[in-house]
Amino acid sequence: MALHRGRGFAAVNYPIGMNLGGDPSQALVHANPDGKFTVSLSSIDLGQGMKSVTRQIAAETLGVPVEDVYVDTADSDTGPHCMGSFASRGTHRVGNAVIQAAQEARAVMLEAAAEELEVDAADLVTDGRGNIHVRGAPSRSITTMAACQAAQFRHGRTVSGRGIFLIPLSEVDPDTGEMTPVSCFAHAAMIVEVEVDDETGEVRVTDMKSAYEVGRALNPKLVEQQLRGGAWMGMSHAAWETTEPYYPDRAHGPVDFSSYLMPGPGDLAPHHISILERPAPDGPFGGKGPGEMCANPVLPAVVNAIYDAVGVRIDELPVTPEKVLRGLRAQGGARPRKRL
Amino acid sequence: MRTDSMSNGMIEFRKELFADERDDTLNEIGKPTRRQDILGHVTGRSPFYDDHLFHGLLHMRCARSPHHAARIRRIDTTEAELSPGVVRVLTGRDVPLNLNTLLSLLDFGIDDEPVLSTDRVRYRGEPVAAVIAESEAAAREAAAKVRVEWEVLPHVLDVEEAIRPGAPVVLEIYPGNRFVYHGRYDHQKLRFGDVEAAFRTADHIIEGRYQISPIEQAPIETCGAIAAPETNDRYVCYTSTQALFFSLATTSKLLRLPSSRLHFIGGTVGGGFGGKVDSVHEPLAVLGAMLTGRPVKFMWDREEEMQVGGPRGAERWYIKDGVMRDGRIVARKFTGYFDSGAYTRLTSYAVIKAVGHLPGPYTIPNVHADVYCVFTNRTPATAMRGFGITGVDFAIEAHMDKVAEAVGMNPIDLRILNAYRDGDMKAHRRVAKNCALIECCQVVAEKAGVQLTSASRAASSRQGGGGERGRIPAHTALDQVGRVEGFDTGSYARKPARQAQATAARPAAAAPAPAPPQPRVPRLEPSRAASAAPPIPPAPAQPAQTGGPARSGPIRFSSISGFRRR
Repeated sequence: MALHRGRGFAAVNYPIGMNLGGDPSQALVHANPDGKFTVSLSSIDLGQGMKSVTRQIAAETLGVPVEDVYVDTADSDTGPHCMGSFASRGTHRVGNAVIQAAQEARAVMLEAAAEELEVDAADLVTDGRGNIHVRGAPSRSITTMAACQAAQFRHGRTVSGRGIFLIPLSEVDPDTGEMTPVSCFAHAAMIVEVEVDDETGEVRVTDMKSAYEVGRALNPKLVEQQLRGGAWMGMSHAAWETTEPYYPDRAHGPVDFSSYLMPGPGDLAPHHISILERPAPDGPFGGKGPGEMCANPVLPAVVNAIYDAVGVRIDELPVTPEKVLRGLRAQGGARPRKRL
Repeated sequence: MRTDSMSNGMIEFRKELFADERDDTLNEIGKPTRRQDILGHVTGRSPFYDDHLFHGLLHMRCARSPHHAARIRRIDTTEAELSPGVVRVLTGRDVPLNLNTLLSLLDFGIDDEPVLSTDRVRYRGEPVAAVIAESEAAAREAAAKVRVEWEVLPHVLDVEEAIRPGAPVVLEIYPGNRFVYHGRYDHQKLRFGDVEAAFRTADHIIEGRYQISPIEQAPIETCGAIAAPETNDRYVCYTSTQALFFSLATTSKLLRLPSSRLHFIGGTVGGGFGGKVDSVHEPLAVLGAMLTGRPVKFMWDREEEMQVGGPRGAERWYIKDGVMRDGRIVARKFTGYFDSGAYTRLTSYAVIKAVGHLPGPYTIPNVHADVYCVFTNRTPATAMRGFGITGVDFAIEAHMDKVAEAVGMNPIDLRILNAYRDGDMKAHRRVAKNCALIECCQVVAEKAGVQLTSASRAASSRQGGGGERGRIPAHTALDQVGRVEGFDTGSYARKPARQAQATAARPAAAAPAPAPPQPRVPRLEPSRAASAAPPIPPAPAQPAQTGGPARSGPIRFSSISGFRRR
């Protein structure tokens, strides 16, 4: 009886945003008199960082420091309509709506600054640190706070903006399936190493090496958080989780976390991540949304690695010790392939 | 070469790739800014829906079906109502519009699922009554005292058994146990080129069967909502929803309440992963608040989250590839079955998403897919991370490994050889752009020390695509297999009636003879069975289903509003 090591590979792409479109999201942006901005959304932060990524997008577009922006989410009385946080649509759809709203608010702020500086608004730039100045002449400047104050208390204008982003609905041809499913795709490839115990049938994932292409990484820490968590979930889908262990039989359905198994910290494999950034032409600053796709390559990579290790094909997920042992028995023991 | 300073051995940013397509000098974008909500999260002080407690809060628990399928002869709530602490027991009669399909807000599908079943249950765990009591324990105790006279019916749990003639019918409006697409077919088709002709020219034929079982989203915070009457004749609802206006609009529709009387608050959610879009809790919590005049909480416990909350649905896939000796895949054929469970929820849409994804990130000149949304007597499936894609990606990539072995290639070389590139035509007839699969494969191979061929190392997503690869095949084989009659042209998107311009090249195998012309019927009333199964008499009308077409909700929150004449 022995432990067998193997490696498995998989590569995927993933459609970003709700399939077929037809899913608008809106944003409102407004400034207090002192140039501090609020972004109002009805979008949901599930822990993925919706509030934070839209905050950075708004600050970048407005040209103010991120500290000058806060995002308020999900009150139907104050936040404009959003289809919701699903289908990898949050960053892509809501981010674009926030850009549009912030651009409108920025334009008012720059017009007020232009009036105060007695220059043309088209000649003004922001430095991202709270100042607006004439392009090429940093000394002719006004703070974003002073510009917002002037707009509201001298010019009687609201420094605010409205944004909406919509990809129009696509038709689907019943006969050919012709359609425009989405406008951009994220990508991933992964090699997983496993160790298979031919006595117990247990499979342990011992290492993961991945490359994820996510468009522009709008916040690299939030991207990393998604990729680590998502790959863990993929590993869990591959070899641990199901609500129906004998599907399609409904027997033995788990009812709590002592029967619904997931890998704990001790089961986590080291995950070496490489991030590639090919900006999406229609994504906010090129961002795509890494949240969903990061789990997907792990599932097939694990079964391919098991085959590499012991020569057993597991075509039904999740991989269980029972399936591995039955496979080993059917072929008379481990038959390592070692192809990768 | 690797220019990123944040690399710590476990993560690196390969900034040199696609650098000419990015402006990396922005102020805030690309910075690892700390989350605005992190302090609240790590100190346990961020308010989630369950933190909004009210004086006099009532608790709701459901009585549920113990059977996979049964007719309800009688629901007796007398004993439950007398149970200590019980304020009110709701049944389907209390729900103003007790029938919905989630995607009716997108004008897609037929209302099929009651909030509380009155006449029939179609899965184990389906709710038939909701007890509202002073404490959760009292509600739990009383829910066990709801007496139901069941007439157990035959059930079906396997997707392929469910579509055989004579299988028990899960949902009367879909007599073939298959969702109907575009009013025309019992599945969604993808046709690109001619796979059968290409199979005849291929050096290898490689076939496989794959399956993924249902998976629980497993958020730490279980799904739920707390609703309370406000003093201004409105109802506030704190919710764990992933889609605030989806839940608001669903509540508005089912309770026949203008959206202006609903104030939904959410936005900070303890994990979703797709399991919090079904809007199961909000309508019942608000209804409870309306009927008792008090705040009501409806929240699943962990067992409900795992067994009656919609999981990632199971899928079964058959793949057949035609492959040349050098590894080029020249034809790929799919048959896919999505297990929707007892009701449609979102599975009809998952099928279309999957079809738009096929044949995976590869340029294959001949692709054919038949993908079915199948009804079975299990918990309705719903969204989960990777929705519509995770299962088929598992199938495709496990299959690619078999293809690599059959042609004796390194599996990474095989992917790069077949990878889609900018300018290639995809099977759904749109040109690929912004591709990066090849580069991901190259980076992983380099990291893992896998030796690629020189052709693989030199390949690029930005070169070698388009041209012949960017053209739609001159000939696509079409067919009428799976044609159904009697359904109006309901579709995800309404399509003006048009004749298929390409000529059907193959005889329509197994297609029923054309039906005689018949008057158009409302979509709610399929007039004929979609399969050879004898017509099933319609279920007794839902008590609350009067007053116009059930699917026209009071409000729509989609761009598709007005897209369709009624």
